Amino acid sequence: MDMFVNLATPAGMSLAMLPEIVLTIAALALMLLAAWRHGGEEDQRLAGQVALFGLGLTMFVMWWLWLKGARPDGIAHMVTLDGFRYASSTILLLGAMLSVMLSLGYVGRERILTPEYYVLLLIATIGMLVMAAASDLIVVFMGLEIMSVCVYVLTGINRRSVFGAEAALKYFLLGAFASGFVIYGIALIYGATGSTNLTVIDLRTSNLELESHGMLLVGIGLLLIGFAFKVAAVPFHMWAPDVYDGAPTPITAFMAAGVKVAAFAALMRITVHALGGSIDAWQNAVWGLAVVTMLGGNLMALAQRHVKRMLAYSSIGHAGYLLTAVVSGTETGAAAFLFYAFAYTLVTLGAFGVLAAVGRNGERTVRIDDFAGLASKRPWTAFAMAVFMLSLLGFPGTAGFIGKWYVLSAAVESNQWTLGILLVVASVISAGYYLPVVMQMYMRPATTAEAHSDSAVLGAARWVVGGATTLLLLIGLLPSGLMNLARASTEDLKPGVQFTQQPAPSDQPMLSDED
Amino acid sequence: MLQIVFWFHAGVAIAAAVLCITRRSPVASALWLVVTLFATAVMYVLLDAHFIAAIQVLVYSGAIMVLFLFVIMLLNLGDEVATDMKGWFGRGVGLALAVFVGIEVWVVTRALPVDQIRLPAGELDRMTADQGAVRVVAEPLYTDYLIPFELTAVLLVAAIVGSVVLAKRKV
Repeated sequence: MDMFVNLATPAGMSLAMLPEIVLTIAALALMLLAAWRHGGEEDQRLAGQVALFGLGLTMFVMWWLWLKGARPDGIAHMVTLDGFRYASSTILLLGAMLSVMLSLGYVGRERILTPEYYVLLLIATIGMLVMAAASDLIVVFMGLEIMSVCVYVLTGINRRSVFGAEAALKYFLLGAFASGFVIYGIALIYGATGSTNLTVIDLRTSNLELESHGMLLVGIGLLLIGFAFKVAAVPFHMWAPDVYDGAPTPITAFMAAGVKVAAFAALMRITVHALGGSIDAWQNAVWGLAVVTMLGGNLMALAQRHVKRMLAYSSIGHAGYLLTAVVSGTETGAAAFLFYAFAYTLVTLGAFGVLAAVGRNGERTVRIDDFAGLASKRPWTAFAMAVFMLSLLGFPGTAGFIGKWYVLSAAVESNQWTLGILLVVASVISAGYYLPVVMQMYMRPATTAEAHSDSAVLGAARWVVGGATTLLLLIGLLPSGLMNLARASTEDLKPGVQFTQQPAPSDQPMLSDED
Repeated sequence: MLQIVFWFHAGVAIAAAVLCITRRSPVASALWLVVTLFATAVMYVLLDAHFIAAIQVLVYSGAIMVLFLFVIMLLNLGDEVATDMKGWFGRGVGLALAVFVGIEVWVVTRALPVDQIRLPAGELDRMTADQGAVRVVAEPLYTDYLIPFELTAVLLVAAIVGSVVLAKRKV
């Protein structure tokens, strides 16, 4: 009972974009609300609740399309409707909702009283959803820019923090530079194939034998560099630690989870769908990126003493694991990515939530030693943090283990044995900085009697931390349901084009050789 | 004749771009950027994209550059701006990047688009004669490319909200 949507008609296109339209209306309504109610903490809380409602409504609409089995009639023009979009959008919306919930208490405590905070967060989420939905390189770029512009501002939204200002400027300059690479790459891919539509690029590359066309290869290279910047892959990661460190903690979590997952969702769709035919051109490059990112990120994290910086480097390492899923270039890799991204979003939001609670006097200065004795003072918070660290490490029994195993099996399935071995090596290295946090909490006494007296996880953040812990353990023990869902969602990532009616000849883009 | 016009303006565009990034005074940099944008507009004319060329002059060389100059004057950046070009190391890296870009341009010009994806010769001229220069751009923009077009609206809203938040006097 699939519902075919004709994307050439205004009604069909509106239906396909319905989640984004709902979220845009919510963001604009919130902007108007912020214009009237911008007094203080109460109004800020109200804005947060409205944002949460808007995100929830969008999730509802997205699931409605998913349940209806909506799919494009013919070639997906500009945006597509498939399981991969629905699944990755759900992960992105979940990440945004959890970020809002962490922010509810945080912005009051840090006196960030600009109500536009939530407006920008919603618009950034629109950009992410667009990236997950895009079936055209121009739309990918638009989504990337909408998301990036909002996140630049959110990084520096705490005007009293000098580190926030530094981070925002650094992120803006390097991000704009990276966007230049992306758009240049898109222009060259257009020059080689004559189209920005992913399906048409794929068909023309195979039909016109453009697999090793110089212009296409340079275009793919520039596109990869731009995306490597955005996901903070080594050696394009230099901005990430400072930016993650200087941004408000809920925004850091939003960046580490949402921005990364959105960029990877777009990259996954482009590599599997549009560039599947020229896999020989990019596979080795992504392979190299994955290896240096996994090893480099984890080795640099070993040297960190501050928890927020350590988590920043750890997120670079995790970008490496996700790149491993991209290297396989198959639907299995995409399914592994979805599963991993879901677990990673939960764990990132949870870990930064705990950090925001423990770092009542500024999270930047929380050191790993400062977690000493947390288990005896706050057993539940310590338990949650332990689950997050073990899940990031990929310890059996947590969702992180299943995610890593899934990525590993995707790599092995496409005969990437060396990459699989290096992934295991990188995970072993990461134990060197995840386990000390657990050891400090459970095996060292608190330094002073009043330590941790005010590090309770309060309000909505309690739901985030508690919910994330429960889900991570649940998925770790019973992963099969979610794995089947991930597999089913990626089956039509590289679709055979289906027409319910014969399109008029003029509508059909030129797909085959003239002769 | 076309060849001469092309090479002359290509040379001007590149020379002005180099001058734009090497001048110490921000005002001089901005003015050299205007020259680059004008020379680029000539390229569009050579490609038969007359409407785009006009827009390039009106929007980029006109409106946006005026804004640039306003900002420079409002910030009161005089002549005595310290250079941020860092010694021989920075120049060396810049030179290496220039060589890299040169190689890239060489590779791209080796691989011209295959014939099957090109418009037939004179097609753009014929379309412009039939529909007028504006319609050739406007019709795809509001039909095929409607979604990216609408998304720019969202992007602009985000940019405005963001700049208001960051520039507000009261924290």
